[in-house]
Amino acid sequence: MATYRAPADRRRAWTYVPMTALAAFFLFPIVFMLAASLKTDHQIFADMDSVRAFLPVGDLSFANYAAVFDRVPFWRFLGNTLLVTAAVTALGLVVNSMCGYALARMRWRGRGLVFGLVIATLILPFDTTIVPMVYLVANLPWIGFDGLTPVLEFGWLNTYRVQIVPFIVNAFSIFLFAQYFKSLPKGLEEAAAIDGAGWLRTYWRIIVPLSKPVFATVAILTVVTSPATWNAYLWPLMTVQSEELRPVMVGVQYFFQLDTAWGEVMAYISMITLPMVVVFLVFQRAFIQSIASAGMKD
Amino acid sequence: MAIAVERPVEGAAQAAPPPRRRSRSRAEQRAATAFAVPGVVLLLVFVIGPAVVSLVLAFTNARLVSPTPPEFTGLENFQRAFTEDALFRRSLLNTFVFAAVVVPLQGGLGLVLALLVNQRIAGRNLFRTIYFLPVITSMVVVSLLWRFLYQEDGLINSGLSLLTGGAWAGQAWLAEPSTAMGAIVVMSVWQGVGFHMVIWLAGLQTIPEEVYEAGALDGATPWQRFRHLTLPLLKPTFVFVLITITIAAMSLFVQVNIMTGGGPVGSTSTLVLQIVQKGFQQQQMGYGAALSLVFFCIVLALALLQRRLTRDGD
Amino acid sequence: MQRRRFFQLAAASGGAALAGPALTACSARGGSADGELLLWSHNAGSPLEIEVTESIIEAFNGSQDAYTATLEPFPQDVYNDTVNAAALSGDLPDLLTVDGPNVANWAWAGHLQPLALDAAVTDRFLPSVLGRFQDELYAIGHWEAACSVFARQSVLEAAGVRIPTMEQPWTREEFDDALLQVAGSGGYQYAIDFSTADTGEWYPYAFSPFLQSFGGDLIDRETHLSAAGVLNGPEALAWGQWFQGLFTSGLANVESPGGAEDFMQGKAAMAFHGNWGALAAADLYDDVLYLPPPDFGAGPKIGGGSWQWAVTSTADGAGANEWLATAVSDEYVAEYANRTGLIPATDAAAELTEHYGTDGKLRMMVDYSKAYAVLRPETPAYTVIASVFGQYTGDIIHGGDVQESLDAMVAEIDADIESNAGYGF
Repeated sequence: MATYRAPADRRRAWTYVPMTALAAFFLFPIVFMLAASLKTDHQIFADMDSVRAFLPVGDLSFANYAAVFDRVPFWRFLGNTLLVTAAVTALGLVVNSMCGYALARMRWRGRGLVFGLVIATLILPFDTTIVPMVYLVANLPWIGFDGLTPVLEFGWLNTYRVQIVPFIVNAFSIFLFAQYFKSLPKGLEEAAAIDGAGWLRTYWRIIVPLSKPVFATVAILTVVTSPATWNAYLWPLMTVQSEELRPVMVGVQYFFQLDTAWGEVMAYISMITLPMVVVFLVFQRAFIQSIASAGMKD
Repeated sequence: MAIAVERPVEGAAQAAPPPRRRSRSRAEQRAATAFAVPGVVLLLVFVIGPAVVSLVLAFTNARLVSPTPPEFTGLENFQRAFTEDALFRRSLLNTFVFAAVVVPLQGGLGLVLALLVNQRIAGRNLFRTIYFLPVITSMVVVSLLWRFLYQEDGLINSGLSLLTGGAWAGQAWLAEPSTAMGAIVVMSVWQGVGFHMVIWLAGLQTIPEEVYEAGALDGATPWQRFRHLTLPLLKPTFVFVLITITIAAMSLFVQVNIMTGGGPVGSTSTLVLQIVQKGFQQQQMGYGAALSLVFFCIVLALALLQRRLTRDGD
Repeated sequence: MQRRRFFQLAAASGGAALAGPALTACSARGGSADGELLLWSHNAGSPLEIEVTESIIEAFNGSQDAYTATLEPFPQDVYNDTVNAAALSGDLPDLLTVDGPNVANWAWAGHLQPLALDAAVTDRFLPSVLGRFQDELYAIGHWEAACSVFARQSVLEAAGVRIPTMEQPWTREEFDDALLQVAGSGGYQYAIDFSTADTGEWYPYAFSPFLQSFGGDLIDRETHLSAAGVLNGPEALAWGQWFQGLFTSGLANVESPGGAEDFMQGKAAMAFHGNWGALAAADLYDDVLYLPPPDFGAGPKIGGGSWQWAVTSTADGAGANEWLATAVSDEYVAEYANRTGLIPATDAAAELTEHYGTDGKLRMMVDYSKAYAVLRPETPAYTVIASVFGQYTGDIIHGGDVQESLDAMVAEIDADIESNAGYGF
């Protein structure tokens, strides 16, 4: 751990000035959101020209929060988001790490080609291929069950799987895994082979335990940045028609009907933001350390 | 995050895997295939597949919904984009301008934040959390929030008016062609800089303490230490930050879609916005696909250029 | 239909791997005669409307044994995208709501089948709530909407402005003068509120009728093949310059929030707003007036055609039409109007409502609708027309060059029509 050692306490105290100013800059919209969520629309606009905008003062109530529950099935949406996020993240860790492992530490024909493929897709933003994607998932086959009889079905729209499966694989995750695995000491597999362990066992018993930081990093990045997890918006809008399957971000649209109730909007976006804040507060230290140590092994 | 910049393609080909006995090679081929197949199949179906469809559609007049089959139209879509579609050219320019401003701003501010919260001082975890908060706030939420803040009677104006003792006259930030892009830049940096702070922080923490101790013994000033010790050691992180911000900046979409819809007077229209607007909203799928292809080529070229430039510096 | 289309596309793009599943036609939902009727609507988040629809469904399900109907509401902002995505996969429901101007596009695309309703039923409805494409009836609406100029009698009188009537609407000069007078008199920040933040369909719906009153139009309605001349000719230029002037001179707010909020909050003296906001305005101001729009030469015009019900091409037509027959009774037409404040689509229903009967306080909305409503062009190209018109009208009010903006609209609309071989016109 390298840190600057400030030569004097006075200097150290001085750094709090810019740090606090910056903190205010990063916090003010969020504080405003929380304060406004407790106010009536009229009060939100009236408070706009003073510091009252940030303070929970005036005629406060949880009426906006209560109204949210009238307008959207909040728990259902939250449950859907949690389910999809957990599935994409967990399956992604398995699939991407194994692919990354094969690329980093195994010798096989086609490896160069696959790595090239992974790199090429790194720069392909999801938004630009979304239309052909809709075409594709609308026509993909799936084995469903009618009672106990398996039936071949077509079309993935309006399911959980359409929100999960296309986002399991992620070129960036594969890349991070591969780079980390490459940095592990050579000869791990040799030693394991002498003990009679197969590839899967070696991977599961030796590689994975040595690679916790990169697993943690990829998990966090998936939750925070994937277009299919906590922030899923455009994709479920286009592919999920049933209200029972919708995630939380889509619920935002419910508040922009003929007239916008801003207090309710603020309450809803507070409700969908707070869970992530809590999770981050809990894992903050582990998160930064995992990214740092994922990078340290070079 | 030094890992992330280890010469991707060539690295894979050159970095020899651990030496192994010949007898294992066939088993290794089988095992590796089994390991890689799920990822490769998903990649082919859900990433490469749509990209290829898009590539083909770019040369047709395909419409999103239509009773008639698409026809091959050659380079017509590209000709339209570059000779007739003024909004596309405007969007191209806007996207480059946005990237040119955001990349140094967000990268630089991220480094400053990282240096600040890397000090061994009380409360640094709190500050890290605060600076990172916008990153975990969904872009959809952030865009709604800032659209509200930027209004003429919104909080930004009242704040500026307060700071200037009332001298500041209200300004409808998102409604003025001259200020809308600047407003988008500020909120984008606000949202994204925490992420790159963490990346820089990770880079800083890979620098061994002895380096600084040696520097301190030489009597170097903090600036000299930063300039001659820290910065060179952060080179790999720098390349990573540069490339990821560039790609993200070139893909600017959600913010403008929610906050301005590309207006006023095309001043915040971007490439990806045009792709979605033309390809989906206006249902001109073939044309949208052509714009996607142009976009892909530009980003690819930029990424390659940046890698080349940064590698030549070695 | 959609499956075949996908196959053609896949084949055309050489995506043989993708074409496999498309060969097997099998629709997961809707389409089958299994007695299930699935309905989609655009109004998630508007419980009042949904309650009426649910009560129709309840009555329908209770009245017969052959069919069971269920409703799935969607958020309005993304409804069209959702329907188009579902159409791609053949996952359309049996019945769905469709915004009037989209009827042509969806009928042409093959999403919809013609309705089998008696002329005796449909003749009772306002012509503007009947969604037609190429002489076939595809959709029918419970309600209509109408825009008017919201103003306060006291404010107009204080400013010495003549109160217009349907017999004698404001001329352009009178209207411009009225705006100047009210802006000067009452200490208002703006003379008129156009709810410019309501992007999307509001722009063509609310503002293209001004263009038509000036003598321009969105497309040549004879041929439906080009916008040249009507959308960038001298009449259109006059419209654009006039409209832009309202904003550049500060009479109107470029960044006004939606829902006539500036008017409701007392920042704007008047508003151009829809009847759905009329009751809220009456609650705030006891002297509010809903005035006919000005006549810019070709007569006063307002937008016509609101949300309507249509039967999808894959639906069980018999069941869907049976549901519709239940739904279009005057009782429900009146119920929607009572709950939502929208204009009932039949005269008989209007008499059953609180505000739209002969002596009702919103009766004039019915008259405006009958006298002034102009339908948005009934062509599949409307998707592009609406998007392009909204975008460049935004440019115009933000001070963009008017002629350039109009020419750009025409270029984009004509390019789209051309690349679709005229959409069958």
